[in-house]
Amino acid sequence: MEWGPIVLSIRLAVVTTLILYGIGIPLAYWLAYGRARWKVIVEVLVAMPLMLPPTVLGFYLLVLLGRTSPIGRLLETLLHVRLVFTFTGLVVASVIYSLPLMVQTLTGGFASLPSTLMDAAATLGKSRWVTLLRVQLPNMKAALLTGGVLSFAHTIGAFGVVLMVGGNIPGETRVAAIVVYDLVQALDYSRANMYAAVLFAISFGILLVVYWLNRRWRLV
Amino acid sequence: MLEVQLVRTLHTPRGPMQLDVALTVRPHELVAIFGPSGAGKTSILRMIAGLMRPDRGCVRWRGTTWYSDQHGVFVPPQRRPVGMVFQDYALFPNLTVRENLAFALPAHGDRRCVDTWLERFALRALADRKPHELSGGEQQRVALARALIRRPEVLLLDEPLAALDPRLRVRLQDEILEVHRTMRMTTILVSHDIAEVFRMATRVYVLQDGRVVQVGTPEEVFIRGRVSGKFRFVGEVLDIRSADTVWLVTLQVGQQAVRVVAGERDVARIRVGDRVVVYAKAFNPVLIPIT
Repeated sequence: MEWGPIVLSIRLAVVTTLILYGIGIPLAYWLAYGRARWKVIVEVLVAMPLMLPPTVLGFYLLVLLGRTSPIGRLLETLLHVRLVFTFTGLVVASVIYSLPLMVQTLTGGFASLPSTLMDAAATLGKSRWVTLLRVQLPNMKAALLTGGVLSFAHTIGAFGVVLMVGGNIPGETRVAAIVVYDLVQALDYSRANMYAAVLFAISFGILLVVYWLNRRWRLV
Repeated sequence: MLEVQLVRTLHTPRGPMQLDVALTVRPHELVAIFGPSGAGKTSILRMIAGLMRPDRGCVRWRGTTWYSDQHGVFVPPQRRPVGMVFQDYALFPNLTVRENLAFALPAHGDRRCVDTWLERFALRALADRKPHELSGGEQQRVALARALIRRPEVLLLDEPLAALDPRLRVRLQDEILEVHRTMRMTTILVSHDIAEVFRMATRVYVLQDGRVVQVGTPEEVFIRGRVSGKFRFVGEVLDIRSADTVWLVTLQVGQQAVRVVAGERDVARIRVGDRVVVYAKAFNPVLIPIT
């Protein structure tokens, strides 16, 4: 068994989760507290990847980011970035694919904080930024952890999107879930089983830690 | 002088309500806003603190305008010298008592004064506890200390003692009065407890459905012209039973169960579980001081 695809899966999941924290925290903050009327449109767009079959999502990304599309051409000529059949493209696709899990979990976390906590921080002279870092985020640890882990696990488990946008290039886009599919296609069940077992163990272990931590934090 | 004129539509569970009030508070005064829940008391405090924007009106403190729709002025809460104690105390759950107080200090504030305040409110022994490890009264003292550590010029108290038992409430009322006497900040206390208003405030604004319906000293508002020689209680019927020619009705009034004699006609109109008003003539009461 080669570890390459597993390592690639984990690398993809880590990068995706970190980027999702960066996008998810401000977006969830805005969704939880913003007053714009068109907020609901953004909510729908964020939730869309949950509804769409991953292959449909992947297909549109492929069309949108490919060399024949204006966006793809622009990225390639201006920034020399190619998003189709590359690791970078996989990251972009995974971020969009897991966005609802991160954003919805964090929005719930923000919304469940008593509003008087933010009011108190404001009357104590603290800016929104300080309030976010020292009051809001530390008091929604459970949501932060859950959002991160769900995104991580969802990315590890992604198949349709990854296959569409990334293809099956060893060392670049060939993640563990695709290897399992390939091996099953080749009727090599015993090796498929090894990769599958590793993915199973990783997912189980992570979720176990999360549920355990969440229970401890909820008791406090 | 704190001059407040506020107009705002509030969204209440009973539908929209127009809040339209004017208040004036002299420096160093302790004024109460009294009224039933849902009358708009908390919203007034939030607008004075800058946590809620009025639709129209103005808020002025000692010649500085904090809010004016005419002049387009809105000073954010961070820059108003206001301290506020919230009904749920709003202590930061992730911080210890000491850290809650230190959080209130400006970025380069003197950390040593945290100890002074811990001492002053008898919180030394609890300094390293988290808020959820404190009793209601202790949480309240932390909230008060946290609001005062910045030495606000205006102190807003939003039913700070409502959740506490009566004995503790009296003690904390004394504590607040003592702080008010020594620090002399202008204070607005929201309360729906007549006894509390009597003990603490020099003047009271009575609020009903978003409007001030009465202003004056507590005596003027609650006693003058209302002395009737009758007690009036609201209670819940716990039990009704007949005893020979009369009926005995057991009521819960506040925390007490009281048994009263009732006639056939009264009993016919009530059932167990009903809320009733009880009137009693005050012709031979026994008065015993309790503090």
